[in-house]
Amino acid sequence: MANFTRRDFLKVTGTAAAASSLTLAAGRASAAPKGKVVIVGGGIGGATTARYMRMADPSIEVTVIEPNEHYHTCFMSNEVLSGERDIGSIRFDYGGLKGHGVNVVQDYVTGIDAEKKVVKTRGGQSFQYDRCVVSPGVDFRWDTIGGYDKNVAEQIPHAWKAGPQTVTLRKQLEAMDDGGTVVIAPPPNPFRCPPGPYERASQIAWYLKNHKPKSKVLIVDPKDKFSKFGLFTAGWKKHYGYGSDNALIEWVSGADGGKAESVDAKSKTLQAAVESFKADVLNVIPAQKAGKIAFDAGLTDDSGWCPVNLKTFESKQHSNIHVIGDAAIMSPMPKSGYSANSQAKVCAAAVVALLNGDSAPQPSLVNTCYSIITPEDGISVAMVYGYADGKINKVAGSGGLTPGYDDTTMEMRKREVAFAHSWFNNITHDVFG
Amino acid sequence: MKYKKVMQGALVLTGFAFGASALAATPSASMLGNSCAGCHGPNGNTQGPATPGIAGISAEYFVDVMLDYKADERPGTIMNRIAKGYSDEEIELMAGYFSEQKYIPLTQEFDASVVRLGDMLHDRSCEKCHEDGGKFAEDSAILAGQPKPYLKWSLADFREGVREMPKKMKRRMDEVHKAKGDDGLNALVEYYASQGK
Repeated sequence: MANFTRRDFLKVTGTAAAASSLTLAAGRASAAPKGKVVIVGGGIGGATTARYMRMADPSIEVTVIEPNEHYHTCFMSNEVLSGERDIGSIRFDYGGLKGHGVNVVQDYVTGIDAEKKVVKTRGGQSFQYDRCVVSPGVDFRWDTIGGYDKNVAEQIPHAWKAGPQTVTLRKQLEAMDDGGTVVIAPPPNPFRCPPGPYERASQIAWYLKNHKPKSKVLIVDPKDKFSKFGLFTAGWKKHYGYGSDNALIEWVSGADGGKAESVDAKSKTLQAAVESFKADVLNVIPAQKAGKIAFDAGLTDDSGWCPVNLKTFESKQHSNIHVIGDAAIMSPMPKSGYSANSQAKVCAAAVVALLNGDSAPQPSLVNTCYSIITPEDGISVAMVYGYADGKINKVAGSGGLTPGYDDTTMEMRKREVAFAHSWFNNITHDVFG
Repeated sequence: MKYKKVMQGALVLTGFAFGASALAATPSASMLGNSCAGCHGPNGNTQGPATPGIAGISAEYFVDVMLDYKADERPGTIMNRIAKGYSDEEIELMAGYFSEQKYIPLTQEFDASVVRLGDMLHDRSCEKCHEDGGKFAEDSAILAGQPKPYLKWSLADFREGVREMPKKMKRRMDEVHKAKGDDGLNALVEYYASQGK
């Protein structure tokens, strides 16, 4: 009966709209699209924008400028730490983008002249643009934790940009004796991948449980709550003895003195607000801000992030420059890979429309963040977002968290892990394929 | 059958017209469809291992599935939460978009020793609705080249009664199960898994 009603409804709307669509198709065909777009940064945001722009309008010349030959996804890098996955499986190159006709330049952008519409690089190159898209990701606030800087991070990795530091941290975990303590110091809000530090604790605990069961993970946190708090802590209790005397994961909240003050690199000691914590493996994830070029190009505000028009993602500071991904202020969307991927598609559609003399289309956005507590226990948070009155809004009634253990089955939790891995394969194919 | 085809064609046109002009506040079909690619793959073609491909899906079936998720009438993990983010009109636009995309069956490992049995069982019990060896369906799911875990879970959910199935499908599935038991259902899964590009 329900089916019948739905079909009936389709019939009515279908017939009514058929005529107007024909007129529209004719109008589209006569437009003469052209223009040059320069994209700064070949991460999830930048690479997705490039691909979707070329798909929407192949007559637009798209250049991506990215200093690295390869991109390592931050998402799923926690599985490299636990040994569940190889670093090679999170490494991608730009062959896919080139296949879509994107001009990929390996260089470092040093400045953007918003008036002359020129992007300049360390290699001495200049790129003229009609529209520029800046997707530089995050940079670290190195001045927030005493004794911790770029150089120290080579031995005491943040591993919050995946790649060599992910490998370093994995090697340190492998070299650690059973009975050792892994200290993770998550950053204050806002930061890239809000559930990330807690998935990391879970993944490392999984490795320890199976290989070094006398060891533990100690999270020393400046915050009193974090993303998926209830799901993580229930998962830790179920799998890692959280809250018991033999806990594999312990968490010190901000209220209990968890704010990191300084690091002694030599002794691997983290000095927090109240006491100090001696680690065998120390992972410090500093506070964050927009990537450097966003500051150099004058795209940030006092918050250290980039304010943008939330329909087109055009900078509020400089016209013809769009900012997306972690660097942009996209509240209420979290700083995540899926957010950047979704924003990039909206940005691509807006830029293509604007270059063609059309108005920017109505955005629709999604975020999905999976976290894997054990190889058979996955959780997620999702949300659908719309745009109205100059703001991105959560669609009422949509999204939310995986149900707690009492309201779901372990079979469904297991499926979420498989869907998390599918998500990884599909989003990376969407971006780099 | 023809009646249904006409409906599907009309639906695609609706998507285009509404998205671009009729209602300014409704996102276009491609805007909506693109936002699904993060999980389902570009144009709705999945890389696996588990998430189903939705390219080439019957528009009518897509709408049914989304409305079921939206009403919590079908078990799921994340789709129940995602589907609630879209109006019925937006769901129709997405249906039009994905039905227009070319479906690429997933290449995956399969047990070659039972594919022939699966093929036979398919021809006898499933082909009428999941046509062309499961590659095409007017008002139900494409099965050929869908990820194996997804096929297995769907069958399990149907068998356990947590997911409702049409009466005619239940009859056919019981028929397979009576003849060949769980091995028969497994052979079907392996057969569909063998249909990669």
